[in-house]
Amino acid sequence: MLQTLFRQILPLLIALFCASKTMATPAASNSTTENMAERVRACTACHGEQGRAAPDGYYPRLAGKPAGYLYHQLLNFAEGRRRYGPMAQLVQPLSDAYLLRMAQHFASLDIPYPAPSREAPRISLQDLERGRQLAVHGDASRKLPSCTACHGTTLMGTEPHVPALLGLPLDYLTAQLGAWQTGERRAHTPDCMAAIVRRMTPGDIISVASWLSMQPVPATAHARTLQRGLVLDDSLRCGSAPELSPQPHKKDHP
Amino acid sequence: MKKWPLWIRLPLQVSAALWLLTAAWVLWDNWGRQASMPTTAETLSTRDTGPQQIERGQYLARAGNCIACHSVRGQPLMSGARAIDTPFGTVYSSNLTPDPETGLGRWSSQDFWVALQLGRTPSGRLLVPVFPYNHTRLISRSDSDALWQWLQSLPPAHQAQPTHTLRWPLGTQAALAVWRSLYFDASTQVEVTPRVPTPVQRGAYLVEALGHCAACHGQRDLLGGFPDVQDLSGAVMPAQGWYAPDLLSDAQTGLLSMETAQWLRRLQTGYHDRSVASGPMAEVVQHSLQYLSEDDAQAMLAYLQYRARQQPQPGIESAAAPRWSVLDIGQDIYKNQCAQCHGKQGQGLTQAYPALAGSLAVQQSDPTNLVLSILQGGYGPSTQQRLEPYGMPPFKMTLDDRQIAAVLSYVRSQWGNQAGEVTPLQVNRIRASTDH
Repeated sequence: MLQTLFRQILPLLIALFCASKTMATPAASNSTTENMAERVRACTACHGEQGRAAPDGYYPRLAGKPAGYLYHQLLNFAEGRRRYGPMAQLVQPLSDAYLLRMAQHFASLDIPYPAPSREAPRISLQDLERGRQLAVHGDASRKLPSCTACHGTTLMGTEPHVPALLGLPLDYLTAQLGAWQTGERRAHTPDCMAAIVRRMTPGDIISVASWLSMQPVPATAHARTLQRGLVLDDSLRCGSAPELSPQPHKKDHP
Repeated sequence: MKKWPLWIRLPLQVSAALWLLTAAWVLWDNWGRQASMPTTAETLSTRDTGPQQIERGQYLARAGNCIACHSVRGQPLMSGARAIDTPFGTVYSSNLTPDPETGLGRWSSQDFWVALQLGRTPSGRLLVPVFPYNHTRLISRSDSDALWQWLQSLPPAHQAQPTHTLRWPLGTQAALAVWRSLYFDASTQVEVTPRVPTPVQRGAYLVEALGHCAACHGQRDLLGGFPDVQDLSGAVMPAQGWYAPDLLSDAQTGLLSMETAQWLRRLQTGYHDRSVASGPMAEVVQHSLQYLSEDDAQAMLAYLQYRARQQPQPGIESAAAPRWSVLDIGQDIYKNQCAQCHGKQGQGLTQAYPALAGSLAVQQSDPTNLVLSILQGGYGPSTQQRLEPYGMPPFKMTLDDRQIAAVLSYVRSQWGNQAGEVTPLQVNRIRASTDH
């Protein structure tokens, strides 16, 4: 009986002892799990506290995005598929394993989204409606899939690789779609987003981005609750999210 | 036809003859005498392809930081094609994997040895001097063979070397030949490392041959001439903008006054209590220095300390204190932006954020690296001993030139620090040089 009690209490005692030790010396803990928040300070300075997006409307939200998506973006900056000097300089000296841990850290943060922009749209109501059409239904005549096909019916992303499209500022959305069109932003090949965006006109981009930026974020929706698979056909493959299309010519798949 | 008078003809003839002689000499210098130079015979190690030899080759490749330039992150190891910016244009590294078409698949260990010795391929093509062959020619034949065996053990990767985008005529073989005749002397005897090297001798070999430290820490002239392999007197890296400090100056590095243990930690992890390796040096720690054996790291330090002791070491010159008006602004910014991590008294946080009080890096007379650190922020390198380093955010978007100058002037003159004021103009020039 006493032995059992001792067994239960001992770890607690050790933990307390260690805690008192850490408090006594002002040294940062090197055992990692507890202070990822401290380690990603260089990120949150721009991306907002806990990666909730910055008030200036450009640096995108990180919190709650799928870990696979965030990890791919960090690699894209490190390997030159995405170009933004300050990001590249930050991630280049870091190992893949550390970048994955950072991605998982931000993915695990579940914090409320701010209300969408209340600014009046800068485009006509018809164009806004066209944006909604494209986002929800796509345009089969131009082989444009809808945003919802991959990014989820709620547009809140799907695990593990597809990000949410709601809760992002208009400037960021248009900049990213534009960058994809010019090749400034790329993903792992085959780059399905690049293929899709190249089928869009500048007018399409403004319309879709405007509509997306004005949608409220559904309170219950979350990427973690949605699993998607096989929503694209053979002609459109995503190197960054292979789960969306059928595997290329793999025979005898069990 | 009437002959030109002698006073016109003679100088023309003399100068034509001189030009011809020079051209002939350049040709002979690059392709003539160097081809007939005796090269060290194959060693026993040439034929040794055992795992130990390959492992030794990998160790040497890391000690020589070959991987940083000859690999691109996300691409196969040593498959080259990394863009390296120089003041003369962009140069792309070559594929060193054993791919027969685009790599070294058709080379022999002798070809590799000649390339290290003379900066030249088996077909006689001269290599651009971004490849530091003034250093690699000091590498011993047995080390060259081990490197070769490691390279040959890698999976072949088909990756053609992109064409350099050097300004004409700089990348041409003729221009390279002239450049080499000016700056590269392959004829002098190379001192062979003694059989049982002392730490200082081993350190000299690591610094001057494999590590090619002088490539950044030594001074180049306007034509980018190779610095002397022993020149560690500090230089601004022209394309990157960072200042590679004078490694032998105690005032700049603390090599003699700081405990050796701290300096060892700096080599192996990029960190010590009062500075962090940033920019190009973070890359050197990441790809090279962190893998050095304890003995080799100690030897490198022993050599640097030995050299430093042989030269006069003036202390830090204390500069005039910055103006009060500047310090006021600087103090405010420090409180709001810096003190959370670096501490109210600049004391830092052990294991995470370096102390600014008493830091030599903070008190460099040339503030270039400080300004770059504030503009770009940055993480130190992930290393085996320090997997998940802490980082600093970039401030180039949030602080203007005047604010950066003020906070630096404040930090450089507080808590016993005695360096001078940084001006907004200095910050502006450095910011402009990095905005591209």
